[in-house]
Amino acid sequence: MSGQEVRDIYVEGLIELAEKDERIILLEADLMTAAKTVSFKNRFPDRLINVGVAEANMIGVAAGLSAMGKIPFTHTFTPFATRRCFDQIFISIAYSDLNVKMMGSDPGVSAELNGGTHMSFEDVGIMRNIPEMVIYEPVDGNQLKKALPQILEHKGPVYLRMIRKYSENVINEDIAFKLGMASTLVEGSDATIFASGLMVRNSLEATAELKEEGIKVRLVNMHTIKPIDQEAVRKAARETGAIVTAENHNIINGLGSAVAEILVENDPVPMKRIGVKDHFGEVGTKEFLMEKYGMTARDIAKAVREVIKRK
Amino acid sequence: MSEEQIKYLKEKAREIRKLTLKMIGQLGVGHVGGSLSIADLLSVLYFAVMNIDPAKPGLENRDRFILSKGHGGPALYATLALKGYFAVDELETLNRGNTSLPSHCDMKLTTGIDMTAGSLGQGLSAAVGMAIAAQLDSLPCNIYTVIGDGESQEGQIWEAAMLAANRRLDHLIAFVDYNQMQIDGYTQDVNGLEPLDQKWRAFGWSVQLIDGHDLEQILAAIKKAQTEKSKPSMIILKTIKGKGAYFAEGKLASHNMPVSEGQWKKAIERLDSVEEEGE
Repeated sequence: MSGQEVRDIYVEGLIELAEKDERIILLEADLMTAAKTVSFKNRFPDRLINVGVAEANMIGVAAGLSAMGKIPFTHTFTPFATRRCFDQIFISIAYSDLNVKMMGSDPGVSAELNGGTHMSFEDVGIMRNIPEMVIYEPVDGNQLKKALPQILEHKGPVYLRMIRKYSENVINEDIAFKLGMASTLVEGSDATIFASGLMVRNSLEATAELKEEGIKVRLVNMHTIKPIDQEAVRKAARETGAIVTAENHNIINGLGSAVAEILVENDPVPMKRIGVKDHFGEVGTKEFLMEKYGMTARDIAKAVREVIKRK
Repeated sequence: MSEEQIKYLKEKAREIRKLTLKMIGQLGVGHVGGSLSIADLLSVLYFAVMNIDPAKPGLENRDRFILSKGHGGPALYATLALKGYFAVDELETLNRGNTSLPSHCDMKLTTGIDMTAGSLGQGLSAAVGMAIAAQLDSLPCNIYTVIGDGESQEGQIWEAAMLAANRRLDHLIAFVDYNQMQIDGYTQDVNGLEPLDQKWRAFGWSVQLIDGHDLEQILAAIKKAQTEKSKPSMIILKTIKGKGAYFAEGKLASHNMPVSEGQWKKAIERLDSVEEEGE
């Protein structure tokens, strides 16, 4: 446990970067309190602009700021960060090739008690449709800390799909991080799990469970969903011959689809996708929802056994 | 304004119209109506008002212009060519494959275009973002933008309007091309905007309502808007869609219409003959 929530690390990281880089501007749509970016506002009163509950305008304003040389970081909850203002992101930012970073918080089941209206299992799919969009999903605060400077350095739009409140450290903080490059957490030769975000933790548990049965599973943290690390997928197909994906998202259009697209065109091997099976969200704790939707470590382990059998 | 300046700006407006008609005419189809209705404004902005230098299109302190109603692109391209951003010959490539002059304005493709537009309702938000950036950096520049009247039916326009007033963006000067026509008919019949001036006033803007084809009125309104303190300015331009082309002027069908060779050539002849008569 780091004790620090992911959002604390987000705002601390941005303050640190903003001390050196005057181009950084934060935009909020009445969720400054939720992101705890109020500390950024206290430090740089002019450099956090709260546009009120108007996400489409927030994206347009970010485009204008970027056209003047600023680097805006926008924030709202994932559904409002993507589906609410898709055309604004598409035209005013991506098509215009403007350098805007868009943070969407509380992805998938982590929306918990806000329920179905706030629970996006489609945001990665929406953003994957946009040419040149980078989609990054941190696994924990430590990784986010390393990712922020790289997100800033990348010239072009980035969608940061960020868990907000959890403070658990899932992976060793010494693991190197490079945006766009998949990170192997566990080596194995019998099958590979590609996991992102919250599902990395469940996948680690599944890997441990399978190890006891003598099944050696490779676990890859696919933190950058677009552009996806094609070589990591192809290598896993060649070397382990069976793939499972695990995502806190609809199994349509997200990580599972991205991996499947590479496999089916290059190295077709047995594969199974763990995630939300094309239905809407609802209220519940993340543990309750993961259980109900078949996204637990147990479900992942079962999928691994199944794909190995299909080899 | 001196008589000489009026004559100069009239001539520029006429040239913008002629080049617009020629480039759309050579292609055979295009957004004639909403291009011609803003020709007079573009003449005043680019030849009397804006602090810009075609030799240095990226100058930090320059004034910015966003054509939020991006389908008026042809008129803006004509203006930019006349101003010297690119060769007048390039206008002939309008909407042809690999052109740098697409139907709707594209900042990635065209020198002198400050913002991409075409999906309606988005340009005003970008103008607000630019005005905020200029405010933060104390840049001595104004941000100009033109929205359409049909475009004003987009909710995002009013989101941007609210924020601009709340942030006291007095260096933001916006125009509505109020030709009262949109694709499906008269604006009043489709989804009326009246009372449009009162709406903008209620949103906290300084509002002027003028004849959008009267160069003196346009220049005077902009000068007044430039002195405005603490409020963004909206100048509602009462215009005529297709103004200056006999086959398009005041016609609902002029939004995006086919243009024959006979039509555009005759229209240009008529504009020239008005010039000879000295109006």
